[in-house]
Amino acid sequence: MSAEFVPLALIMFAFTYPSRAVGLLAPAIDRLPRPVLDYLQLVGPAVLTALAAVDVMVGVDNGETVLTIGLPWLSVGVCLLLVAWRRNLFIGLAAAVLIAIVGRAAGLG
Amino acid sequence: MADPAAPDAAPLELPEARRKLALDGLGIIVSAVGFGFVYGLAARTDAGFSPIDVMAMSVFAFGGAAQFAAVGYVASGVPWIVIGLLTGLLNARHILYSAALAPYFRGTGIGQRAVAAHVLTDESFALSIVHFRRLGRFDAFGYWFAAIGVTFIPWFFATLAGALLGEAIVDPERLGIDVIFPAAMIGLAVGLISGRRELVAAVVGAAVGVGVSLAVSTTVGVIAGGVIGPAVGLLVPKQEARETAPLGSEASADRYQMPHTIVERPVVEATDEDSEGGR
Repeated sequence: MSAEFVPLALIMFAFTYPSRAVGLLAPAIDRLPRPVLDYLQLVGPAVLTALAAVDVMVGVDNGETVLTIGLPWLSVGVCLLLVAWRRNLFIGLAAAVLIAIVGRAAGLG
Repeated sequence: MADPAAPDAAPLELPEARRKLALDGLGIIVSAVGFGFVYGLAARTDAGFSPIDVMAMSVFAFGGAAQFAAVGYVASGVPWIVIGLLTGLLNARHILYSAALAPYFRGTGIGQRAVAAHVLTDESFALSIVHFRRLGRFDAFGYWFAAIGVTFIPWFFATLAGALLGEAIVDPERLGIDVIFPAAMIGLAVGLISGRRELVAAVVGAAVGVGVSLAVSTTVGVIAGGVIGPAVGLLVPKQEARETAPLGSEASADRYQMPHTIVERPVVEATDEDSEGGR
C-alpha cells in the first residue's frame, strides 16, 4: 500500500502547527496588526470558493484549460443554497450527490 | 483561572458544564464521522490517496478544510511546497483561536499547551471556548474531551473508513462522488461567511480563481483566488462589513456547530453578589 503522500502530510503539519501553537505558546500574538488579522480571517472563504469554482467550472481539453458547463454547476449551486438556508452541510452534500446521480441516470452528463 | 472574557457570567458547576459539553459534542461527532467519511472517499477517488496517506493526513495535518483542499491541490498538480504554504494560509485562522484560548491555558505546562495546539481545530475551539465560558475557568478534561474524544477519534476512523471503501469504487462519477469535493468546499465556505467582507472575499476568490485558471493554469488560479480574494475583501469599509462574529470570538464558535448543534449559552442571572463571589 502506497505511502506517497505521507511526506505531504508532514509538510502540511509543518505549515499548520505554528499557527495553532503560536497563540498558546506566545500569547502576544494577539497583538498582531489588525489588518493582518482581518486578512487572515478572509483567507478561508476565498480559498475554499476558489477551489470549488475551479473544480466545477474549469476543465482541461487537449492540454488547454476551458470553461465547462454541466451538471456539477447545478449540484454545487443547490448545495450552496441549502447550506446557506439550513446551515447544514450534510443536507447540502446529500442534495448535490442526489442531483448528480439522478441527472446522470437521465443522461444529462 | 477565572474567565478573563466574561466577568458577569454566572459559571456552571463542573458536572453540569461537562454534561452540556458532551451533548454539544454529539452533533460534532456526527459531523466529524459523516464529513470524515466523505473526505476519505474523495481523497481516495479524486487524488489517489491510499488509506495510509489518509491516516497520515488525519494525524499530522488534522484539519477538515485543509485536508479537503489538499485533495484539490494534489488533483490540480500544485507543488507540495506550495500546498504547504496554502495550507498555512488556510489554517492561519487558528492563530485567532489559540490567541482566544491562551488566557484559559495560562498556568498550564508548556508540554500540555504544545500538544493542545496540535489538536486545536474549528470544532475543538468551538466546543472548548463555550465550555470554559460556562465554567468560568479552564478545564483540562473538557479540552481533551472536545479535541480528542469528540473530534480527532471520530474524524480519524471515519476518514480511514472512507478511504478503504473508496478503493472499491470503480466509477465514482456514476455515484456522484465527483461533486462531493466542490460541494463540500462551498459548504465550508458558507460556514465561514459572517459578513460582507467574507462574502466579497469569497466571490472575488472564486472569480479570480476561475479567470486566472482559464488564462494561465488551475494551479495558479487557485493560489491567485486565495491571495487576491481576501485583499479585495479588506477594501469593504468596516462600517459596511457587519461582521457579527469575528473568528476567535465566542460567537464565532457557533458557525462550526453544523449540523444543527445548538450551543446553549449559560443563563446569565448575574447579580452583584454573583459577580463578586461566583468564582
